[in-house]
Amino acid sequence: MRVTVIDYKAGNLTSVVKALRYLGAKVEVTDRPEPLLQAERIVLPGVGHFAATKRLDDTGLTPAIRDAIDRGTPFLGICVGMQWLYKGSTEAPNQPGLSYFPWQCDRFHDGYEKVPHVGWNSLSVNPSSRLLADIEKGSYVYFTHAYKAPLSSGTVAVANYIEPFAAAVERGNVFAVQFHPEKSGVIGLTILKNFLEIQ
Amino acid sequence: MLTRRIIACLDCRDGRVVKGVQFVDLIDAGDPAALAHRHAQEGADEIVLLDITATHEGRATLLDTVRRTAQSLFVPFTVGGGIRTAADAEAVFEAGADKVSINSAALADPALIGQIGQSFGAQAVIVAIDARRNQGSPDPVRNAHVYTHGGRRDSGRSVIEWAREAESRGAGEILLTSMDSDGMRSGFDCELTAAVSSAVRIPVIASGGAGTVGHFAEVFAAGQADAALAASIFHFGVSSARALKRELAQAGIPVRLPC
Repeated sequence: MRVTVIDYKAGNLTSVVKALRYLGAKVEVTDRPEPLLQAERIVLPGVGHFAATKRLDDTGLTPAIRDAIDRGTPFLGICVGMQWLYKGSTEAPNQPGLSYFPWQCDRFHDGYEKVPHVGWNSLSVNPSSRLLADIEKGSYVYFTHAYKAPLSSGTVAVANYIEPFAAAVERGNVFAVQFHPEKSGVIGLTILKNFLEIQ
Repeated sequence: MLTRRIIACLDCRDGRVVKGVQFVDLIDAGDPAALAHRHAQEGADEIVLLDITATHEGRATLLDTVRRTAQSLFVPFTVGGGIRTAADAEAVFEAGADKVSINSAALADPALIGQIGQSFGAQAVIVAIDARRNQGSPDPVRNAHVYTHGGRRDSGRSVIEWAREAESRGAGEILLTSMDSDGMRSGFDCELTAAVSSAVRIPVIASGGAGTVGHFAEVFAAGQADAALAASIFHFGVSSARALKRELAQAGIPVRLPC
């Protein structure tokens, strides 16, 4: 199993790479578009600010990712890597996302509960999800974020904090999670393994 | 539902856990990697490794320890102790930490919080505050002071003001240790924890004073703590983080179970 992990300087890749290697994947890390042509699978991680995704545009990675998705290459976005698949985020209104999912990401409403949403929260899982195969309803995963994607068609897992939001989304060969599977114990490793086994 | 976190803390010196764990049926009771792994398997929601090594040689040992510990640890992993610069933090992240905890270095140079957050994200920066109630003040809790040097030196700064500044400079979480309660096993300082937790919008991790399962329930309810840290969960009359969480669940505290 070969996986290409995209490095766009948005936080730390070590944990994601480590988890994929633990599962037996051969991991290649790239900050250039060329290796995506040969990629078997692509992971776009990311923590931090949505504005960091500008680097994907600046380095030619955005069209390379779009082409890889069009070719059917399995693609997994994590956290900001999920939000980037949408039209954009109010965190950085002038920075467009890929618009693979034509909705906007938005900040949690300020109120009684704290923002950001940090910690282990439970999932409601759509049993038809390929990414979340064998993940039981109520399973806990680790989140850390202040912005989130809305519920929409393609949402395969819902989490609830202040309001229900998309914890996972998938359509065709594109998968994404708002939480951190690489930090979510056995449940998270199962999800990454599912991604590595998607045909 | 978002759950309250139980964080297991390992105090390390020269690559060995120096206190905090008293069970004997572990193959190597002093190895941080083995202990971190065991805590995670037994239900801890996160692991914190606090390095109390002072020497330069010890720093290289720390990075090796972090690397070994992170190798097969798949819950959030924080490293603290001796991180003075953004470069120190970067080395720890590259060794596999997900978050760093900074304390006196942030007090000395508050810009460090933003510098680390800039590269690694705010979620990766925990500002640790050692606090003591200000008994000379009419409101000892709201006027609690930040201490340094293991709780011996009064920095003169207000805990609540410093927590707010840390938040505004981009801290992702606050690790609040009550120096009055630390080691006493008579309970967390719930009043102080609640005062800090309600003063900021970022999570507050309570530390210092846990002696019973009931103390955890109190700090999550009255103390409004988002997480609680314990150097040794096994001191509290339970066999594991999982057992602690089962009791907390019975007390109506939302925790990650099964885990």
